[in-house]
Amino acid sequence: MKARTIKRHFREGFKNIARNGWMTVASVGAVTMTLLLVGAFLGLILNLNHMAEKIEDDVVIKVLIDLAADDEDVIALGKELEKVPGVENVIFSSKDEELNTLIDSMGEGGEVWELYEQENPLNHAYIIKATDPHDTDGIATEVAKLNAVDSVSYGQEVAQNLFKFTDYARTVGIILIAGLVLTAIFLISNTIKLTIMARSTEIGIMKLVGATNSFIRGPFFVEGLLLGVLGSIIPITVVLSGYKLIESSIGGISSIGFVEMLPFNPFAWQLAGIILIVGAGIGIWGSLMSVRKFLKV
Amino acid sequence: MILMKDIYKTYGNGVTALNGINVEIEQGEFVYIVGPSGAGKSSFIKLIYREIKPTRGSLQINNRDISELKEKEVPMLRRNIGVIFQDFRLLPKLSVYENVAFALEVIEESPRNIRKRVMEVLDLVGLKNKSRFFPNELSGGEQQRVSIARAIVNRPKIVIADEPTGNLDPDTSWEIMRVFEEINNSGTTIIMATHSKEIVNTIKKRVIAIEDGLIVRDEQRGDYGYES
Repeated sequence: MKARTIKRHFREGFKNIARNGWMTVASVGAVTMTLLLVGAFLGLILNLNHMAEKIEDDVVIKVLIDLAADDEDVIALGKELEKVPGVENVIFSSKDEELNTLIDSMGEGGEVWELYEQENPLNHAYIIKATDPHDTDGIATEVAKLNAVDSVSYGQEVAQNLFKFTDYARTVGIILIAGLVLTAIFLISNTIKLTIMARSTEIGIMKLVGATNSFIRGPFFVEGLLLGVLGSIIPITVVLSGYKLIESSIGGISSIGFVEMLPFNPFAWQLAGIILIVGAGIGIWGSLMSVRKFLKV
Repeated sequence: MILMKDIYKTYGNGVTALNGINVEIEQGEFVYIVGPSGAGKSSFIKLIYREIKPTRGSLQINNRDISELKEKEVPMLRRNIGVIFQDFRLLPKLSVYENVAFALEVIEESPRNIRKRVMEVLDLVGLKNKSRFFPNELSGGEQQRVSIARAIVNRPKIVIADEPTGNLDPDTSWEIMRVFEEINNSGTTIIMATHSKEIVNTIKKRVIAIEDGLIVRDEQRGDYGYES
């Protein structure tokens, strides 16, 4: 396409935007609302996913060994555990070590447990790490069947719940966003239909003298693109500044181990990019949809 | 040039406009299409610039089958055909010059060629000194001449006119006909649907009469043949 032609399309496109006044404002508003939600949900879902994955990575299976088991049983079990498919490594932790870990994790209050050092009531344990965290559940069930195993525990539940919540948020988000995207497209295509009505004679003449369809579409493509881009300005600003704000306020209390957000750079910028692309896409789609009918002459 | 074989056209609402048209028009001919209203003249004309497609039959223009033309190729066909209507169809917000230049701009002609060519055709239709006027400042005849200029500005091989003098008084009609004759003399085929008995009987050309979707008469230097 020639530079002159592109210039012409932009000139015409801008002219139409100005000509449509309030309808332009309405469709830009619809795009803005849509993109705000797209940004918020996307930011939330991706962060939750990130946290869930993080937790899951740290999940280990703790196999408590039967108190009645003797040393030979313990060694045999260790060998068997290594043979279970999906197991990455197996570490033995004696009951003394277990008690120390427990006391350490209790901090000040842990001193109470020191009384038990003489008569340790804990089990020896094996700590298993799965190659793929998603297999943890299956491995745990498998391991529970083995001899000399007293019980099996793993911190999978927290991760599971978080994943469940992410799934839920994703479904709600997709439905909401899809609805809003459709509304925005509808509004844009209606706005642009107004221009087309006013320009139908012009389009008719263009077709008659042999303008190609892509030439006729040009200004409408530009108009849609502009509506989409205008609609993404506010959402991008909100996402960038909002993310910064949340990140710094959560950063203060991030002693809660697993609350670790995706870093502002590059994540917030990527989010802004997605918003811009979605906005432009909505605009162009809505616009071209409304021209289609007029090109069939 | 234009070759129609057994052309039928039935519209979506069941109306049959053309009922087996067979005709051949050579390059450089001047043809009147006559017949009562609703006989199929407009359908005949619309077929040629492919506003409509035939339901059945073959239509060749320059040895190309138009009914098999892809949607994408239609613009190229139209660049070889100029179309003129009874109601001029000018863009009211553009000047005479801009209206004519528009036809070249939208097919991405270079600005230098546009300027040269537009002034050439405005000269041909006798409106060179009114190029800055707007359509509503012109008489009907002048407006029609602008639309003729627009139709021929990209040097089409065929010019199609659907009752071009329908809205004009007799004197102005003769002016328009002179322009058509001039265009025809330079080798352009002209196909003109008309209801004007005087024009057909005075400027003698080939006459094709259509009634009920059929060609009922086709003679060189023919008469209008209807009471008007």
